[in-house]
Amino acid sequence: MTEAVVHPALVLIVGGLLLPLLRGAVRSTAIVVLPLVTLALVWQVPDGPAWQTQFLDHPIAPLQGDKLSRLFATIFALMAAGGGLFAIGQPSRVEVPAAFVYAGSAIGVAFAGDLITVFVFWELMAVASTLVLWSHGQEASYRAARRYLAIHLLGGVLLFAGIAGHVGQTGSVAFTGMAPDSIAQALILAGFLVNAAAPPLSAWLPDAYPEASWSGTVFLSAFTTKTAVYVLIRGFPATDLLIWVGLLMAFYGIVYGLLADDLRRILAYTIVNQGGLMIAGIGIGSEMAINGAAAQAFCGIVYVALLLMAAGSVLRATGRRRCSELGGLHRTMPLTAGCAVVGALAVSSFPFTSGFVSKSMVSQAAADAHLLPVWLLLMAASAGAVLHAGLRFPWLVFFSRDSGLRPPEPPASMRWAMVSFAIVCIVLGVWPGPLYALLPYPVAYEPYTAAHVLTQLQLLLFAALAFFVMLPVLKRAPTTLLDVDWLWRRLLPATLRLSEAALARVRKALEDRVAASAAALGAALRRGVGPDGRLAQTWSTRTMALAVLVLLLCYLALYYT
Amino acid sequence: MKDASTSLVPNRGFGEPRDTRRLRLALLGVLVLTVLAEALVHLHPHFEVDSVFGFHAGFGFAACAALIVGARALALLLGRADSYYGRRDD
Repeated sequence: MTEAVVHPALVLIVGGLLLPLLRGAVRSTAIVVLPLVTLALVWQVPDGPAWQTQFLDHPIAPLQGDKLSRLFATIFALMAAGGGLFAIGQPSRVEVPAAFVYAGSAIGVAFAGDLITVFVFWELMAVASTLVLWSHGQEASYRAARRYLAIHLLGGVLLFAGIAGHVGQTGSVAFTGMAPDSIAQALILAGFLVNAAAPPLSAWLPDAYPEASWSGTVFLSAFTTKTAVYVLIRGFPATDLLIWVGLLMAFYGIVYGLLADDLRRILAYTIVNQGGLMIAGIGIGSEMAINGAAAQAFCGIVYVALLLMAAGSVLRATGRRRCSELGGLHRTMPLTAGCAVVGALAVSSFPFTSGFVSKSMVSQAAADAHLLPVWLLLMAASAGAVLHAGLRFPWLVFFSRDSGLRPPEPPASMRWAMVSFAIVCIVLGVWPGPLYALLPYPVAYEPYTAAHVLTQLQLLLFAALAFFVMLPVLKRAPTTLLDVDWLWRRLLPATLRLSEAALARVRKALEDRVAASAAALGAALRRGVGPDGRLAQTWSTRTMALAVLVLLLCYLALYYT
Repeated sequence: MKDASTSLVPNRGFGEPRDTRRLRLALLGVLVLTVLAEALVHLHPHFEVDSVFGFHAGFGFAACAALIVGARALALLLGRADSYYGRRDD
C-alpha cells in the first residue's frame, strides 16, 4: 500500500471546483492544462490497489489500477481536455467546472476497486452532469435536466439496492466479475444499464443531451454511457443477455436517428447505437470482443465528440438546431464540414479511421464464436450507422440543398479542438498499434487485410447507395417520435391530472357535506343555547319548581334502589 | 452572426444538382469496382453465407434499405406533431 500516489479523479474534481475563481487567460490555460495534468497522473497509478482504507467495516480501495482502468481514465482525461478547449468561449461559468467534476467522477469510477467507491462517484456523475445540462439556463434544458436527474436517481437507487444485497450475500465490497443470477446482481446490472441508455429506458439520452448548450452536449456524450460500458466490462463480461440488449440499442439508435430532425438528437441516437455495439461485444465476452468493446469506447468517445463539436459549431453560428432549416453550410464552414466528414467516416468504420480498427474487432469476435445471427445483425447495425450518423447528419447540414445561411467558422479554440480530435480519428485508424497496446488483453488482430478492407468498403458503399437511392423516402420534417418517455412525459402527468381532478371533486363533495352538517348542527345548537335559544330564556317560577321537583324525585329514586 | 445570408461569399458550392449527378456517377463507378475486386482478393469467409460472391455489397444494401423502410413505417406509427410535448407535460 503506497499512499504516495495522487488520485487523478480528485485532482480534476477539486480543480474543477476551483475553476470558477479564475478569470481570463489563467482560466483558459487551466481548462486545458488541468485535464492534461490528470492524464499524467492517470499513468502514475500502478497495477493493484494504491489507496486502501476502511469504510463502515468494509475494506475499500478508492484507487486501484489495471490496463482497463487506465484505458478508460486516459480517454476520459483526453475528452475533458478536448471538450474544455472547445468550451473555452462558453459564457456560462458553471458548465466547464461542472463538466470537470463530471469527468473526474468518471475517472473515479474507472479507478474504483470496490462497489462503494463506484457508487459514490456514480452519483457524483449524475449530479455534475445534471449541472452541465442545467447551466444552459433555458426553460427547455431546465425541464430536460429534471427528467434526466429523475431517471439517473432511479438508476442510482437500483444500483444501491443491488450493492447492498450483494454485500449482504457475499460479505465483500470488491468490484469484480459477477453473474446476474440473483436479485442483488440483477439490480446492479439494471443500475449500470440505465446509465448505458439500454432499453426500456433509452429515451432519457436523446431527450436530454440535445437540450444542453453547444459545448455542453460534447461533454455529456462522453462520460455517462462510456462509464457504463466500463463497469459492464468489469462486472458482467460474457453475460448473454447483453448481446441482445446491445443489438436492440444498436437498431433503436439507427431507426430513431434516421427520423430525428434536431441535428444533435440524430447524434444522441448515434451514442445509443454505438453503445449498443460495445455492449453486444461485452455480451460475447471473448478476449477479442472485450478488446473490441474497449477499443470502440476509446475511439467512439473521440469521433462522437467530434461530430457533436461540428454540430455545436453550427448551432452556435446559426442558432438553428433543425436539419430541415439547415443545408449547404460547407460553403462558409469548410473546416467544420471537413471535421464532420472525418467524424462521419470514423463512425461508419471507414478504412483508415479509428472506427475501422476498433469496431470490426467485435464482429470478428462474433464470427470467431460462430454466432451467425449475431454476426449478421452486427454487420447490419454497423452498415446502418452509415445511414444516420455517417451520411444523414453531414449531408443534411453541410451539403444537400442550400439553406441560404452563410455562417462563419467558429473561433480558434473550437477549431483547434475539432482539428485535434479529427487528427486522433485518423492517426488511430492509420496506426492502431499504440491503441492496441493499451487494451486489456493482448491483441492478435490485423485490421488491414485486403479481404477486410474490401468487404468493409462493399458494405459501407452499398449502404451509402441505399441512402442516396432512398433519400426521397427520408424527407426531413420536424416531428416528435413517441418513445418510452411518453410514459412519464404524457401518460403519468395526464393520469395525475385526471386523478387530481377526480380527487378534487371527491374532496369538494365531502367538504360540502361536512359544511352542510356543521351548519345544521350550529343552527340546532343556536336554537337551543343561542342568545334567543330555549335554554337562554328567562324561566318562569313554575317551570323552575317543576324542574327542582323532578330532580329531587330522581335523587330519591336513586337513593333507595 | 445569426443571419449571415447577406455576406458576399459566392453562392457556389458543392451540393448543386450537377455535383450530385457527378457524385452519383463516381459512387456507382466505385461500387462496381469494389464488387469486381472481389475476384482478385482472397476472402476469408467465416460462414457459408458470406462466401457468396458480392455478399457484403448485397447485404449492406439490403440491410440499409430494410432499415429505412422500417424507420419510415415506424414514423407513420409513432410520429407526432413537433409540439407534441408541451409545457404541461413532465
